Amino acid sequence: MQTHQFDAIIVGAGGAGLMAALYASKGGANVAVVSKLYPTRSHTGTAQGGIGAALGNHEPDNPLWHAYDTVKGGDYLADQNAAKVLAENAIDAVIELEHMGLPFDRTPEGRISQRRFGGHTSNFGEKPVRRACHAADRTGHMILQTLYQQCIKNEVKFFDEYHVVDVLMNNGACVGVVAVQLGTGELHVFHGKATLFATGGWGKIWQVTSNAHSLTGDGAAITFRRGVPLQDMEFFQFHPTGIYKMGILITEGVRGEGGVLLNRHGERFMEKYAPRIKDLASRDVVSRAIYLEIRDGNGIQGKDYVYLDVRPETVNRYLAEAGETRRVTGEEIEKKLPDILDFCRVYLGVDPVKEPMPIQPTAHYAMGGIPTNVDAEVVIDENWTVLPGMYAAGECACVSCHGANRLGTNSLVDLVVFGRRGGMKIAEYVKHADLIPLPANPTAEIEAEFKRIRSSKGKSKPGELRGIMQKVMMDYVGVFREGAGIQQAIDTVQELRERYQTDLSLDDQGYKFNTDLIETWELGCLLDLAQVTAKSALARTESRGAHSREDFKERDDQNWLVHTLAFSKLAGPYQPGALHLDLNTNKKVDLSLAETDPRFAPKERVY
Amino acid sequence: MDVTFRIRRLNPEIPGKDKPYWQEFKLSDVEPTDRVLEMLHRIKWEQDGTLAFRRSCAHGVCGSDAMRINGVNRLACKVLVKDLGTKIQVEPILGLPVLKDLIVDMEPFFAHYRQVMPFFVNDTPLPEDGRERLQSPQDRERFDDTTKCILCACCTTACPSFWANGSYVGPAAIVQAHRFIFDSRDQAAADRLDILAEPDGVWRCRTIFNCTPACPREIEITKAIGEVKLAIMRGSPEGIIQVQDIQHEA
Repeated sequence: MQTHQFDAIIVGAGGAGLMAALYASKGGANVAVVSKLYPTRSHTGTAQGGIGAALGNHEPDNPLWHAYDTVKGGDYLADQNAAKVLAENAIDAVIELEHMGLPFDRTPEGRISQRRFGGHTSNFGEKPVRRACHAADRTGHMILQTLYQQCIKNEVKFFDEYHVVDVLMNNGACVGVVAVQLGTGELHVFHGKATLFATGGWGKIWQVTSNAHSLTGDGAAITFRRGVPLQDMEFFQFHPTGIYKMGILITEGVRGEGGVLLNRHGERFMEKYAPRIKDLASRDVVSRAIYLEIRDGNGIQGKDYVYLDVRPETVNRYLAEAGETRRVTGEEIEKKLPDILDFCRVYLGVDPVKEPMPIQPTAHYAMGGIPTNVDAEVVIDENWTVLPGMYAAGECACVSCHGANRLGTNSLVDLVVFGRRGGMKIAEYVKHADLIPLPANPTAEIEAEFKRIRSSKGKSKPGELRGIMQKVMMDYVGVFREGAGIQQAIDTVQELRERYQTDLSLDDQGYKFNTDLIETWELGCLLDLAQVTAKSALARTESRGAHSREDFKERDDQNWLVHTLAFSKLAGPYQPGALHLDLNTNKKVDLSLAETDPRFAPKERVY
Repeated sequence: MDVTFRIRRLNPEIPGKDKPYWQEFKLSDVEPTDRVLEMLHRIKWEQDGTLAFRRSCAHGVCGSDAMRINGVNRLACKVLVKDLGTKIQVEPILGLPVLKDLIVDMEPFFAHYRQVMPFFVNDTPLPEDGRERLQSPQDRERFDDTTKCILCACCTTACPSFWANGSYVGPAAIVQAHRFIFDSRDQAAADRLDILAEPDGVWRCRTIFNCTPACPREIEITKAIGEVKLAIMRGSPEGIIQVQDIQHEA
């Protein structure tokens, strides 16, 4: 075992982690970035359509409108102070990315080009607004590359392919992490004053997902196992337009450029569900609409998918109908959506300029996660008590600026805004904080768990367990949910956890790049998070945002304008037996904007 | 359909398997539209958990799973069975040390990347209005192609010049340099051109063209390298890349 000492340890090297690393080191902290992937492999790189900021480069815009859209999009579960910070800081953050060299597309005047995106409107919901700043349909790729480049320029220290598998606590503070060096199998302890988790989401709980194989929720799972709560886990976003069966994301930017959703009758069905902004309604609304169309037999060929149509003749027909003067050509579509066209051509043999794309909703984004305040400090109860030394940012964190449903582009905003705020806060914190000693035997528990997995002699292959979990979660804890189904998912996942604990079968007993072992350990994270998700979903007896209960169809502001905090009742990270939870629903949603501006008060959500 | 995979393997920890060898796996119920990556996962999850390879996003964006598939560098997640037939051979990319099965040591590759100053440099004062630096759509277009690079190493490890001499920075590093050299906002073009004029820079490129078809992002790499060569010869990137007028909607 080797021990490394730094002021600050950043776990994960996607957008949030790199932004935090950059700002913590610019602020004078000695920083290590520890990541299970090479930084440029991080999932931020797959974000496509844009990053929202009220720059107003094409038409009037205002950060308050952005905050309103965020709050409304989140079905009033977003903490309004956080939504305000998100929208206001977005402007500086995007300008700063440009100053770091990010190659945004440009307007004829040379300014950052912006496009429409779902749920983003001007003047409190009046009409769609061009707010998403874009670099073709690879905006996330350009953000990830730019931040990594700047980290190299600033000589940030990277530990690539070091997989963080435990978090170390002592005297009520976070003092670092344990990581396994993938190439050697050796355990390393990273000891520091501040640790920031930026480990991304856990879409691999579900069968059809846009998420990378590596999105297994490690950071959320290991902090949860050490006593940190998970907030609002019942809210997981299904993006309406994943490639049929594969789940690969087709950006909302397609609809931002004028693309429409059509059912088997060629009907633009979003006109029924969101008369005002139609296909650009927020994601939960559109995903539900697709499910309802399919349920009514309106799927293509009666199957479980619909069409997304961005053929110029279709787009132009609807533009003309709407009285807009803008027209698109095939060439422009090629230029603006090159990656989307490439995905469809490669994986489907479909050319979107000539044919519509078959799509279905795909598990996409965790609104819930490790609770934090707006400075990325982890908070562990309804009173916003800070856990010293622990920070979280990006998808693994729950600020909560997204509430019950995140708006498109706001994940990239979240990364840069709260990654940056976290980095700055850490730089300040490590200047005066003491280095708290490591706990005794910091690697003992994870070593024992690895030994157990490595030497297991049972019959259950990890891939089989994962497949069962993904199917049951897709069937019962997906776009629509109801009590009995959720209970079935809870029971199934519990059985899987038992098999995981007692009956694993592994082939690789080695140490170097033992991906068999690592995938199995990741599966353990997924099973825990699936269980927390399903139990939180069962407890919330209302429908709000991405959480749609068929047995509780209405939103219930009387009882549920609160966040769910799920605590593990197990005494340690790898205790055998069922995962019992303590579900706390005392944390009230911040409604600070509504206090002075009635437009922010919860009301019925129509698009 | 049934497909036979022939995979180049190596496990440094097991005597007898610590030298490269071939192993065959048979898969049934394969769909023509299945990706090679899915098939590798099926082998790993159903038949042999020791098979080691890198992967993440599974749709050709993260750059983790570059492999030599039927003799050609590809991303395993971006090549479908129907384009390969029923006999598929998979081996690690060439020119980098193999660590285990399909996993190679990427450090030399990233070291070359870091050599070319792969970051934006502009120390002039920021615009006084606190806003973005301006750039015309034409100037933005000049380096558009090379911004697509995902650092997967398909190009560099398809390059015979790199196989022959690992100290050559390789096509990927040149692509990364190109992205900044031709960015009108950047000010360190001269430094990068100096670095690439060194013996291990662009002149080791013999215009063999292997890099261009190897690129899963369809970057015109050989062309980009040619533009860098021209910039070195002229002492400046000015005027080398012509861009047509770009139509913009109002």
